[in-house]
Amino acid sequence: MSTIELRKLTKKFGDFVAVKDADLNVAAGEVVCLLGPSGCGKTTTLRMIAGLESATHGDIIVAGRRMNDLPPERRDIAMVFQFYALYPALPVGENIAFPLHYERLSNAEIKRRVTRVAKLLHLETILDRLPGQISEGEKQRVAVARAIIRDPNCFLFDEPLSRLDVELRQSMRGQIKEVLAGLSKATVIVTHDQLEALTMADRIAIMRDGVIEQIATPHEVFARPANVFVASFIGTPQMNLMEVDFRGVEGRKASIGIDSKTVDVEVDAAAKKLGLSRVTIGIRPRALLPRSESGRDTISAQAELIEPMGAETLIHARGEAGHDIRVVVPREVKVRIGEKLHLKPDPRQTHIFDAQGRAVRS
Amino acid sequence: MTPEPSVSLAERIGFRRPSGVGEAGWGRTFVAAVISFIYFFPVLWIILTAFKTFNDTLAIPPKFIFTPTLENFVGVFSRPYSAGADAQATNFDLYFFNSIFIAGTSVFLALVIGTLAAFGFSRYPLKGNDTYLFIILTTRMLPAIVVIIPVILMLRVTGLAGSYLGIIALYTAFNLPFTIWMMKSFFDEISLDVEDAARIDGSSDTRVFLKISLPQVVAGLAATAVFGLILTWNEYLFALLLTGVETRTVPVAMAQTIGGDIGVRWGLLAAIETLFLIPVILVTFFLQNHLLRGVTFGTIKR
Repeated sequence: MSTIELRKLTKKFGDFVAVKDADLNVAAGEVVCLLGPSGCGKTTTLRMIAGLESATHGDIIVAGRRMNDLPPERRDIAMVFQFYALYPALPVGENIAFPLHYERLSNAEIKRRVTRVAKLLHLETILDRLPGQISEGEKQRVAVARAIIRDPNCFLFDEPLSRLDVELRQSMRGQIKEVLAGLSKATVIVTHDQLEALTMADRIAIMRDGVIEQIATPHEVFARPANVFVASFIGTPQMNLMEVDFRGVEGRKASIGIDSKTVDVEVDAAAKKLGLSRVTIGIRPRALLPRSESGRDTISAQAELIEPMGAETLIHARGEAGHDIRVVVPREVKVRIGEKLHLKPDPRQTHIFDAQGRAVRS
Repeated sequence: MTPEPSVSLAERIGFRRPSGVGEAGWGRTFVAAVISFIYFFPVLWIILTAFKTFNDTLAIPPKFIFTPTLENFVGVFSRPYSAGADAQATNFDLYFFNSIFIAGTSVFLALVIGTLAAFGFSRYPLKGNDTYLFIILTTRMLPAIVVIIPVILMLRVTGLAGSYLGIIALYTAFNLPFTIWMMKSFFDEISLDVEDAARIDGSSDTRVFLKISLPQVVAGLAATAVFGLILTWNEYLFALLLTGVETRTVPVAMAQTIGGDIGVRWGLLAAIETLFLIPVILVTFFLQNHLLRGVTFGTIKR
């Protein structure tokens, strides 16, 4: 079975801990995205799975076998590199056929397989060109073709789409997803682009400073972020996170002190457990609903900057306590700069995080 | 899709595509031509002299228009040693062979050994890697004359003095530091991702080196080969002291041609030199496209 299992995987460069106790299971046919800002250890994790980087401790188990001590050429893993890493001296066809060298296949069989993947990725017409003579998009497809030509234990992708322009990125996202769906292999994709992760992954592992913060489905990381970092990292525009005084809860209605004003916000029932303390509430820009009048359940803010985004309008507003508040409203809602807004948080989409930044949730 | 650039036969054998004078303009092209001509003039003078009779070479003012003769070129290979004597073979055919064989073999050996060493230094650094590289370079910090006596002794004791093996081994050692440093800088420049990819695709280190890394430094190989070749081709001191009658190279033989009972035969010397230039010019010419990439390698950040 094509599976990947990481157990307490750790990588240190001198005193610097690049990856700390990473635990991850990828099932056969599952696509997991490692998502995080630059330098969070996601690429190091990927390179450890591939064998290009040795693990300081922990286990890498691929297809049921511990791989830590095997060199990359004996792990039988296929990887697509960020800069494609095509072999510059070989024509496209030979690039694609390169991994088959050690499988001792007949020339006819090699040709048959190259033709098959070339057809799948629309590369038939450029098989004789050198990598220097083809476009970025074609290079990307050649890199994918080279990965899928054999039958590896698993697939690894390092920022596969980062070098493509927006339009190409969209179509390649679809194509890669389609190709992967037909292969039922464990796949790990590293990316810093959340849209890429949200669209391509079955599950997303969000990393920060070498630690995996949350592993969940794209829907789950968006709807139920495990902590403040995940909440702020996933979703555009960014979630509004406000540090406020927690003044108690009655049923599901929590009293939140924003500066001098007390606002009633509907939160998760688990908030009962919280004592009086500083907490962070998180509300997505699309979950703030403009009301015509101020009330106990609204947050007041003044519009400072207005960015039309087409179907919607993004408003940057300043709360009374000085918080930055981003609000997305439908195009039809007209707002002027300087106008006072009364915003009611959508009760189903309000998150509350304790003093340590962990989500409070039942 | 980029269209396949059409490659003419001329370009295939080494001519670069003529770009015309449109880009730089006539003025700059003219200035460049004048400067090139000044640089080239000594070579041109040698070539002209090679076609002059003895009297023409000594004419004052120097003659630019004269009746060319091939007698000097004939004289290179066979001439009378004193006035009135019969023409004798000069063995210059052997010396030309020696120069080509010795320089070619030692440059080739230095390239093979040096490239492997450079790859090792670049990809599998030792503890104290830089120290080793520095020590290798120190062998080139002394003028040759300083080390000539120990070198002569070493070759005498081992019985290699005067043999092909001796001089080839010496020239190979002579070329190695330069080759290692040059090739290491080329290997340092190329992307490691490509090699990693090849490893993941199942390649052994040997296959990575031969199929992936080496083809990417062809320009570097060409540049290193040409520099090494020129250095070895013109080497005089070691060749003078360490080659025998059978293994003598052209620079040594050329020096011995100076003299004789009617004074220095400039036409003859110029003819030897003209012939001596041809192999290096040919090699440089065929490698020129690589050479240009080789010497500008690393100067443009990707």
